Parts: sequence; C-alpha cells; structure tokens
Amino acid sequence: MAAKTWKEWEKPVLELQEGIAKLSQLAAKEADSVRRSALEAKIAEYERRLANYIDTLYSRLGPWEKVLVARAEPRPYTLDIIQAICSEFIELEGDRRFGNDPAIIGGPAVFRGRPIFILGHQKGRNIQERQYRNFGMAKPEGYRKAIRLMQLADRCGLPVVTLLDTPAADPGVESEARGISEAIADSILAMLGLRVPTVSAVIGEGGSGGAIGIGVGNRVLMLEHAIYSVIPPEGCAAILWRQPERGDDAAAALRLTAQSALELGLIDRIVPEPKGGAHRSPAEAARLLGDAIEESLAELDPLSPDELRAHRYAKYRAMGRFSEGV
Amino acid sequence: MAEFLKCSGCGRVLFHTELQQSWKVCGHCGWHHRLSARERIEATFDPGSFEELDAELRSTDPLGFPEYADKLAAAEQKTGLRDAVVSGTAMLGGLPVCAAVSDFAFMGGSMGSVAGEKIVRTLERAAETRRAAIVFCASGGARMQEGMLSLMQLPKTIAGVQRCREAGVPYIAVFTDPTMAGVLASYASVADVILAEPRAMVGFAGARVSKQAGVGKVPDDFQMAEFAHKHGFIDRIVPRAEMRDVLAALVRILGARLYGG
Ligand SMILES: [Zn+2]
Repeated sequence: MAAKTWKEWEKPVLELQEGIAKLSQLAAKEADSVRRSALEAKIAEYERRLANYIDTLYSRLGPWEKVLVARAEPRPYTLDIIQAICSEFIELEGDRRFGNDPAIIGGPAVFRGRPIFILGHQKGRNIQERQYRNFGMAKPEGYRKAIRLMQLADRCGLPVVTLLDTPAADPGVESEARGISEAIADSILAMLGLRVPTVSAVIGEGGSGGAIGIGVGNRVLMLEHAIYSVIPPEGCAAILWRQPERGDDAAAALRLTAQSALELGLIDRIVPEPKGGAHRSPAEAARLLGDAIEESLAELDPLSPDELRAHRYAKYRAMGRFSEGV
Repeated sequence: MAEFLKCSGCGRVLFHTELQQSWKVCGHCGWHHRLSARERIEATFDPGSFEELDAELRSTDPLGFPEYADKLAAAEQKTGLRDAVVSGTAMLGGLPVCAAVSDFAFMGGSMGSVAGEKIVRTLERAAETRRAAIVFCASGGARMQEGMLSLMQLPKTIAGVQRCREAGVPYIAVFTDPTMAGVLASYASVADVILAEPRAMVGFAGARVSKQAGVGKVPDDFQMAEFAHKHGFIDRIVPRAEMRDVLAALVRILGARLYGG
C-alpha cells in the first residue's frame, strides 16, 4: 500500500532526524569530554548517513512520491517565493465584479531590480489559512482578478510571471453559478492575447484547468518535483478502476512529472530543487526558480509585442500528438 | 439505432420511427436524447452539404495509457468514427460555414489531441476563409488517457477562438448533453454566441464533486443548461426543432459582412 502523505513517506527520515536530535541533547549534557566527543562523532556519522539517504531517496522519486512531495505543506508557496525573489510587492485585490479571491494573489513587484507583475495560486498551511485560501482552489473571481492584473501589466508594458500551485479550481455550487468554466477559459484567452513577455512556473501541484487558467506563458517552467496533471491521480483511479486508493498506479499512467512534461514538449525547462526537495531549503529553491525566471525573461526580451503573441500562438497551437494518415 | 428506447425523461418506450421524425426528442415529455455526430449534421445543415475534413486524424496513444488502445478500437467499432469530433464545411440556410460536431458515443466525447486539433482547425479555417464557425459540444471533458496533452488542448482550442475574433468571424457554440469540464472551460465558454439544448448537462466539475464541495443547498437545476442560462453564461435555450433556423438566422445576420448583402 502506497503512502498517502509526504510525512508518511518520509517517516524513516523523520525518525532518523529525531534520533539525531536526542543524541545531540545527550551530547550537550555529557560532562565527560571523551564520551562527549564519541557521541559527537556518532552524530556526525548519522548526519552523513541521513544526508546520503535523503539524496538517494530524492534521486529516484517515482510519480506517486512526486505527488506527495508536490503537496507537502512546508514547500514554498507563491507568497514565500515572491517574498524571497522580489524586493517589493504590492498585492492588489478584487476582480471589480464580485469580490476578492484569496486563492489567487498578485500585483506589481520588483524582481531583481526589474518591475514586473507576479501572481499565483496561494495555499495555506494551518487550518484557518487553508480555509481562508480555500486550499488554493480558485473561484471565478480569482481568475477574473488574474485577467485584470495581467491586462494592467500589459498596459504598463510589464512582464507577467505566474506561479501555479493548485489541486484544482473550486468545484462548488457558487463557483458553478458564477461561471468558473467561463472564467478559466477567458483567462486563457486573455493570456494568449498579452503583448508582454509571460513566464509561468509550476511550483507544486499543477491541477488541471485550475492551473492552466493562469499557465499560458511564453515560457513554462516546472520545479523538479512538481506535478502537472489533467486530473488528480486519485480521481483518475476512481474512474478507471473504481479504486481511488490506486492513485500511485494512476500517477504513473498519467505521466504527471516534470520530466514527462519536458519529454512531451509541454514545458520548456525543469528548475532543479535543492537536495531533498524544495521543502528542505525553501530559500534556496526560490533562488533557483528566480534564476530560471530571470533567464527566461532575458530570452523573451528581444521579442516585439507582436512576436510574443505569435510565439504563444505557435507554442500552444502545436501541442498534442496524433497521426494523420496519407 | 435500436428499434426502441426508454425515454430518459418520462420512462415511456419510444419507437425508432417516431423518434426519427423528431430527431430523438420525446413526443410526450420533450426530452432531448443524444444525437450522434452524423445525425446532428443531418438535422442541422443543408441536405448533403457537409464535407468532412481532417478525417484521417487519429490518436496514437502517446502515453501508452492502460487500456486506451483497446478503448479507442472499441469506440471506432461502435461509432464508425475515428475520434470524438467530426469536422468540415457545410451550408446552412444557403451560406457556407465551418463546422465541428462532437459525438458523445466516442469515449464520452472526450477531448484529446485529435479532438482539440479538429476544433482548432475548424476555427482557423473559419478565420482564414471568412466564414462563420459552428461547433456542437457533447463531451465529458478532457480525455484523461492522454494526460497533460489533453489539458493542453484547452489553450490550443482557445487559440483558435482568438483567431476568429481577430478575423471578425462569428463563432457560435451549441451546448448539447453533456458539455462539461475541460471542454466547457475552453473553446465552449468563449464563443461569441452560446446556445444550448433544453436540459443538457452543463458544468465544470462532476455533479458529485460539486455537491460534496457545496455547503449550501444544491439547486434542482444545478449543472443543467437552464442553470447556466439563468446565471448569464448561455444566450438562449433552443429546442432541437428550432435549432437549425436559429443558427441560420444568426449566421446570416452576424455574418452579413462576410457573406455580402
Ligand atoms: Zn419522454
């Protein structure tokens, strides 16, 4: 039976870490210097082993393990990344039609000295935050705010960076009543039409229409252990085999990893994560992503507004695989 | 078509001959049963005017997804189609249009690379040849057996809508039962004019998912065309018997500049 959460899956690591912490406490209390240095040597040995273990574990993550890691709560979320890579950020709120959706946030920012607009899905870490952010599941007003901000960026001639991290768009009755499908489709249409450079990055969960709704960049990046999927693997398993617990099999079949997305030509670049995943060193993960965004923007800088639109059209127009007989 | 079927609306047994005359609308309760793509084409466009294009497009099972190849083969066998969308050109009320029609019987009308390609080609063709585009939707959503490639059909088909808008060519979508998920959240919802058949299922998430997620009361007409219409996302609910005339009038008036006076 496959693990259900990253904590369950990382259990051996967490246990080793606890053991090391206990030894460290002992060592701190130990008066005898000989015995203390013996303990310290042991700690160093365990730490080395732990590091090796984490390295090995993360160098061969299967699709299902990536699903668990992509959903890990300590992973850097959109606001963490914005804070880490932008010197200024002014959040702008509301769709000017219905309300403000805290599951998508965004606004103008200064990224490595350069004015941009940055927006993305926002998840929460504790119960209150999660409820406030609706688990990162955006409602129609979230996508309509995204459209408003992206079109404002367009008028200001500023590049747009979008960060994707959502299990799905909100499936509730109210979202249906306010046109969640139309909002997503309209946001995709708006992104295709932008005359400024756009870079999208999947930082955790790229959940279906909810993700692609703000994911139509000239450049698309994916963190090394992020996932991008047309349907949650558990949902796929439920439909396919009537066994939602076979999410691991569905994850493999769906080819939802960054590595598969690159092979299929659906993303441009995989952004490496620090050893042991982005959740072990969020600041380092943000810096690596910042580097990739900076390079992607530099690649797009020579393109004129018309070329940027044409580039986006050609890019998405070409997606898909089929045969066309003679 | 079988000799008879049990009406999904009123449960009465309906015979082939009476259904054929009404294009499968129940004479007792008005329930609109699903039409195949071929039936829809016959019911809608000028007799014999439809010319199929892009008929050679086929899925290649790009992910090697479990059971997909078998399902494709079974769907081909069952429907005589090669994928869930039939596309081409036709005449409507004497005017040339570009058309695409989904067939729910082919793997639930799901949109993978082939369906997406046929939709975007239809829209591009409309923009290039300066004709109106008409798309009949009937789909459960994206085809999960093509994974992310299916999800990418959302921006791909919407790119076609963008072309039509730039060319000033009207694009009309008709939501038939069902129009859901990845299809509703892409080319379907951004049409210039959206018509729907009565009581067609129209929604983003599966009804079960939505009801689980909903805290409040779920309205009776939830995820029906009438619900989307009431909330402003569909222009008109049009009974099947009137669909052809409404479409023809829209093409003639919206396309006045394209077709000349
Ligand atoms: Zn009936």
